[in-house]
Amino acid sequence: MEHFISLFIKAVFVENMALAFFLGMCTFLALSKKVETAIGLGIAVVVVLAITVPVNNLLYQNLLKEGALDWAGLPNVDLSFLGLLSYIGVIAALVQILEMTLDKYMPALYAALGVFLPLITVNCAIMGASLFMVERDYNFGESVVYGVGAGVGWALAIAALAGIREKLKYSDVPAGLRGLGITFITVGLMSLGFMSFSGVQL
Amino acid sequence: MSDVKKVLFGPILANNPIALQILGICSALAVTSSLQVSLVMSMAVIAVTAFSNFFIAIIRNYIPSSIRIIVQMIIIASLVIVVDQVLKAFAFEISKQLSVFVGLIITNCIVMGRAEAFAMKNGPGMSFLDGIGNGLGYSAMLIVVAFFRELLGAGKLFGYPVFETVQNGGWYQPNGLMLLPPSAFFVIGLVIWALRAYKKEQVEEPEFKIVANSRSQEAL
Repeated sequence: MEHFISLFIKAVFVENMALAFFLGMCTFLALSKKVETAIGLGIAVVVVLAITVPVNNLLYQNLLKEGALDWAGLPNVDLSFLGLLSYIGVIAALVQILEMTLDKYMPALYAALGVFLPLITVNCAIMGASLFMVERDYNFGESVVYGVGAGVGWALAIAALAGIREKLKYSDVPAGLRGLGITFITVGLMSLGFMSFSGVQL
Repeated sequence: MSDVKKVLFGPILANNPIALQILGICSALAVTSSLQVSLVMSMAVIAVTAFSNFFIAIIRNYIPSSIRIIVQMIIIASLVIVVDQVLKAFAFEISKQLSVFVGLIITNCIVMGRAEAFAMKNGPGMSFLDGIGNGLGYSAMLIVVAFFRELLGAGKLFGYPVFETVQNGGWYQPNGLMLLPPSAFFVIGLVIWALRAYKKEQVEEPEFKIVANSRSQEAL
């Protein structure tokens, strides 16, 4: 249990998807002008990550990994080069299914997340989490915890950035830095703040 | 001819994918702590963008619009797998340093964005050039950032010492912050500032105008 808690804390703070690995930056910068939008997108990312990372983990452990096809009588087959294609396929398909399920059973949530769900397919944070899961060879339990943790960390970062940007729009920024430039500097300072977690030993 | 020039070199300064279109920032930040790695990353991105644009432009009239995203995704993912395998075969050390970021070219918005915005509407030749152009724009940014980070962070360029560091008996005290993630944000922010000071038309309009000569008390 302790192992899972430390993995979760690590995924949220120390190895924050957005601020330590720069994943999901495009949407992170483009959709962080309002806190409401940012929180909606953040929740969508948590949900999608919590589903896709474990599913990709099952796929990797049982089909793609070297020697994983042992149960089918093919112990020497290594399909890991197909990984990239499979993960992105799984992500695209799951996002589509999630969208249809939400539309049918939870229309209120669908209306809130609707615009962001398709965008999430091309969010690097989702793909990145799956690839990190493979690189670090997590088992199924770890991948569930890691997926949720990475999502929560990303959501936290985008909500915080949106809060800062809402205040920032009333300030007098030098002409050339206005908009994107100052956002980069802000994210840099936030990232500097999150660096302080890297000293935490877990 | 001027068309070709515009498509090929436009994205470098006038319409830079990172500085203006906000595309493909994720990997731009993570791989820039050394110049060599970012050079390899740039070549990989140029190859993928150019060929994905080319292939998508060839079949653009046969793709049903409702499943076009999936089709584009499959073409891009296959190209990235090829690049990944080539890197693993010929530059294993660097591919280890790039770790997951080669795979993340798939979700790099530049590739997808150009496929959707340009290759779906133009012929294969022009699309190929547009891919190279946007790849170059991306690379230019990557290389500028990596140049400053490696030079100031380690006193080296391409791994060769340029400034002799204090540890080796020289004069340069390396700035360790430049090798850490936050510095990438600062450097890109400053590069954007420099670019916009040079190209004034890229400056964004402020959402709220500050009234000249207003006393601070009135605002309170």
